[in-house]
Amino acid sequence: MGRALPRGLKLAKSMDSSVKEMQRGMPATDVGDPQYFHKVVDCQWACPAHTPVPEYIRLIAQRRFTDAYMLNWESNVFPGILGRVCDRPCEPACRRGRIEDKPVAICRLKRVAADYRDDISDRLPAIPTEGNGKRVALLGAGPASLTVARDLLPLGYSCTLYDKDPKAGGLMRTNIPSFRLPEKVLDEEVYRIVDFGVEAKFGEEITSLKSLLDEDYDAVFIGTGAPKGKDLSLPGRKEANDKIQIGISFLTSVAFGHVKKVGKRVVVIGGGNTAMDCCRTAVRLGGEDVRVTVRSPRKDMKASAWEIEEAEQEGIPIYDNHSPKAFVHENGKFKGVLFEIMRAEYDDNGKRKLVATGEEVLFECDDVLMAIGQDNAFDWIERDLGLEFETWGMPTVDTKTMMSTLPGVFFGGDSAWGPENIIVAVAHGHQAAISIDLHCNGKDLSENRPAPGHSLISQKMGIHEWAYENDYADTGRIDVPHAELASSLKDLKVEVELGFDDQLAFDEAERCLNCDVQTVFTPQLCIECDACMDICPIDCINFINNAPETELRQGVRVPATNDTQDLYVSEALKTGRIMAKDEDVCVHCGLCAERCPTGAWDMQKFTYMETQAAKSCQRNLDAYVHWSKTR
Amino acid sequence: MSYIQKPTAFHPALKKNKLGLTRRDYEGAMSTLCAGCGHDSITAAIIEACFKLDLPAHRLAKVSGIGCSSKAPTYFLSRSHGFNSVHGRMPSITTGANLANRDLIYLGVSGDGDTASIGLSQFCHAMRRQLNMTYIVMNNGCYGLTKGQFSATNDKTSPSKKGESNLFEAIDLAQIAIQLGAGFVGRSFSGDKAQLVPMIEAAMSYNGFAFLDVISPCVTFNNHPGSTKSYDYVRGHNSVLDKLDFVPAEEEIEIDYAEGTTSEVDLHGGAKIHLHKLDTGYDPTNADQAINTIRTRLNKGEVTTGLLYFDGREQDLHETLGTSERALNQIPISELCPGSKNLAPINDRFR
Ligand SMILES: Cc1cc2nc3c(=O)[nH]c(=O)nc-3n(C[C@H](O)[C@H](O)[C@H](O)COP(=O)(O)OP(=O)(O)OC[C@H]3O[C@@H](n4cnc5c(N)ncnc54)[C@H](O)[C@@H]3O)c2cc1C
Ligand SMILES: Cc1ncc(C[n+]2csc(CCOP(=O)(O)OP(=O)(O)O)c2C)c(N)n1
Ligand code: SF4
Ligand code: SF4
Ligand code: SF4
Ligand SMILES: [Mg+2]
Repeated sequence: MGRALPRGLKLAKSMDSSVKEMQRGMPATDVGDPQYFHKVVDCQWACPAHTPVPEYIRLIAQRRFTDAYMLNWESNVFPGILGRVCDRPCEPACRRGRIEDKPVAICRLKRVAADYRDDISDRLPAIPTEGNGKRVALLGAGPASLTVARDLLPLGYSCTLYDKDPKAGGLMRTNIPSFRLPEKVLDEEVYRIVDFGVEAKFGEEITSLKSLLDEDYDAVFIGTGAPKGKDLSLPGRKEANDKIQIGISFLTSVAFGHVKKVGKRVVVIGGGNTAMDCCRTAVRLGGEDVRVTVRSPRKDMKASAWEIEEAEQEGIPIYDNHSPKAFVHENGKFKGVLFEIMRAEYDDNGKRKLVATGEEVLFECDDVLMAIGQDNAFDWIERDLGLEFETWGMPTVDTKTMMSTLPGVFFGGDSAWGPENIIVAVAHGHQAAISIDLHCNGKDLSENRPAPGHSLISQKMGIHEWAYENDYADTGRIDVPHAELASSLKDLKVEVELGFDDQLAFDEAERCLNCDVQTVFTPQLCIECDACMDICPIDCINFINNAPETELRQGVRVPATNDTQDLYVSEALKTGRIMAKDEDVCVHCGLCAERCPTGAWDMQKFTYMETQAAKSCQRNLDAYVHWSKTR
Repeated sequence: MSYIQKPTAFHPALKKNKLGLTRRDYEGAMSTLCAGCGHDSITAAIIEACFKLDLPAHRLAKVSGIGCSSKAPTYFLSRSHGFNSVHGRMPSITTGANLANRDLIYLGVSGDGDTASIGLSQFCHAMRRQLNMTYIVMNNGCYGLTKGQFSATNDKTSPSKKGESNLFEAIDLAQIAIQLGAGFVGRSFSGDKAQLVPMIEAAMSYNGFAFLDVISPCVTFNNHPGSTKSYDYVRGHNSVLDKLDFVPAEEEIEIDYAEGTTSEVDLHGGAKIHLHKLDTGYDPTNADQAINTIRTRLNKGEVTTGLLYFDGREQDLHETLGTSERALNQIPISELCPGSKNLAPINDRFR
């Protein structure tokens, strides 16, 4: 496949050989690198905490709910909470969504594990009665700090948890409404950690990092979130002060029972998830005409598709392309919000510009909820402590170790890089806990970081028998049953989603494609009979002349246009060709391995776990990786 | 064989043909042949060819005899007509069906045992009559279904898996086909779909008798190191005459091969075959040269593949016999049956 170099171009020798290398084609894939197959497990790869999703889905299908719960608890600390309100980056990543319409209901299956598990008290890590003498301060009692506490308490650390609010949970308690996340579920998983022996200092606002540092903690973790709601300074804003509430403050007041009613006509400004929670809360507090208004076109709304869907199912209209212009008063009385109607225009690069159409509309209302975003607030951190800030007021934080430029001070969750979600806060918490433990033991935070655990084990049990269910269900995604609308709209505390029962859970679990069971190819065994290529329902497998990646991606049976998914490339076979498999939409059915006469293909389960700071917090994960290994 | 059904899911970017169908729509039941059998690969090539020909499945009749190869029609085009007949009798069943209904496309699938032994005379006469059909022999040099006995196409030099030698010379079905009047004769290899798929497309578009001898290794009984019908042997001794591109009617394709190496063959239906010759001296319309070339190479242990012989007349049995233009099921009973009034004088002639 030699391609001529442009004439007159003379290359240095080493460069020449690397160009030749490239011209020969792609190097063979190294499946010994755990990240290669990890990436094939789309859901686990996308999960910030790298929860072993397909494994716990299998456990659910086997009705091993407690095992499924523990695997989750060790990875993501809050399975019952996340099984209801996780932002679920795993679902858009799910392979099933690339083949058919909809991904596996991963998040709702997690809830099933939480709903049907048995008592787990005897499976939790033991907390040493004798401490290790190290003291850690955790600022803010949201999911990030709670995760750090979960990970460090079993190691004997003394953890002091500060929060200005009277109870632990952070935004999970103050902002996520109870119709999405019942208090009982929240309390159980949050207080499980607090009861591990946290020293709680709730109801205390931190006003100076300096004075806290003076208390000689061995490490400080800042998990104070992004607690400040954004405001809009428009004409009439000041005069309407008593009619306008900032969304996250409103939700907090509702959560603590300070606000029990809203006016009949409510306008919500903003198109994110906070706006969705605000409007749905308003409807439950007496709002009869509740409207959501968004500046942008609907398709650009920030809220998750499912949150929008739920709001609409509750009869709440969304007005897109409505940009707030002024708060209108008449005869000294608040009247409503004036909007400019916008139009989206796109330039040649597809970049959007919102332009005013000139048209205006007034929405008369009694209350306005402003849900246009959150900011961090670090006015309590003195700037002369050696803790550096970036130009836009955010601390400089190392993306791997979570440490700031002041050794011993760590960040995580929304406080590190702005508002994210619970599972990101948990992932940060795990990494910060590892760093704090290393720091307190005088070890290097990067060099001594523990490697992930993994294994790759054949699933073959007989000629057509596998240790996994390769015959996945061909059915569509199952909707979660909902409480009756009439009753749930009346009461803020009625949970909208009822969750799957065990039969629905089983049926949904069977949709999973087992992306952790990998197709592993041994080129020395292949006789190039084409059987695997012919049987593959998805046309993944190719026997082809090697070429540079872009060429190879075009040359395969169905062009491999999804660059986020790898090509699995073998060493040269007898004919000089290579085997190239597009990982993109393989359904892991195992038929290639069943049709291979020589066993050149095998189906092997790949396990992967993030190592936790405390060994006692990964006993189930260890069993999952090592049991598979020793089988 | 496999226990699970093939998932119905297919690649979202899978190509569709003019009928709006994907290649998957041309599949049949899951194969029960041994894993790695060449026959499955030929099955996949037939599926691909029918997909590319935009063939409506109900226009095809698949006919076969007995053998692993003759089971293969179950594994492709499950929505076509089919007849799995008795051992060696595929040609006569096809002849009957074809005479009754000339509108269908006939695809006969047979094995080397089914064709070169028990069915040899049927095979010969179907060719001699120039029946309009495509006749594919999945040639593995043995009786796969009955545990691998030598077939009549197994080379004398090629012993059994256990080492017993073969006492008799092999029959070369392609040479017989050229001698007996088949209009289109090709040879290919199950492991070379690039050559095989267009060859099947061209054969199925040929009006007359098209014969394809496709070497198809039997992984279980005849893929051992001494075999001349193994994957390795055929790959090592494949003497390719030409590569062909099939160009359907109403399509033009730019040819980018060096001048003098490509020739174009027109089919009556309007389609074309572009032949990219690897051996520029070879003329596939010359039967004598074809047989000579095959024999010379065979003596050197080579397997000649490609379009071996092509007769541009595209002669067909219906023309020779001057039969009805219409399929019998299209002719109303009043025409089909002369009635007793007309029958009486005919009978009188024989009294
Ligand atoms: C309305 C709304 C709905 C959301 N819905 C979801 C959802 O469905 N799913 C999801 O995954 N995420 C959701 N999120 C985001 C999610 O709640 C946060 O990303 C997550 O809670 C961040 O966790 P954290 O530990 O970083 O901080 P937080 O949860 O914000 O906790 C920080 C804590 O620090 C305390 N604190 C702050 N400053 C001080 C101080 N100076 N002194 C003492 N205490 C202080 C605060 O009181 C708070 O309790 C939502 C957010 C909002 C606003
Ligand atoms: C009349 C009759 N005689 C013998 C048999 C036994 N028999 C079944 S298949 C077969 C040979 C098949 O060989 P081939 O056509 O090459 O098919 P393969 O299995 O190799 O594909 C024989 C002899 C039979 N079924 N019917
Ligand atoms: S199909 Fe299953 S394993 Fe694959 S991405 Fe979806 S949930 Fe994960
Ligand atoms: S497991 Fe094998 S046969 Fe099944 S889709 Fe993946 S590559 Fe194809
Ligand atoms: S089925 Fe096995 S031997 Fe045949 S081509 Fe595929 S990997 Fe190679
Ligand atoms: Mg045979």
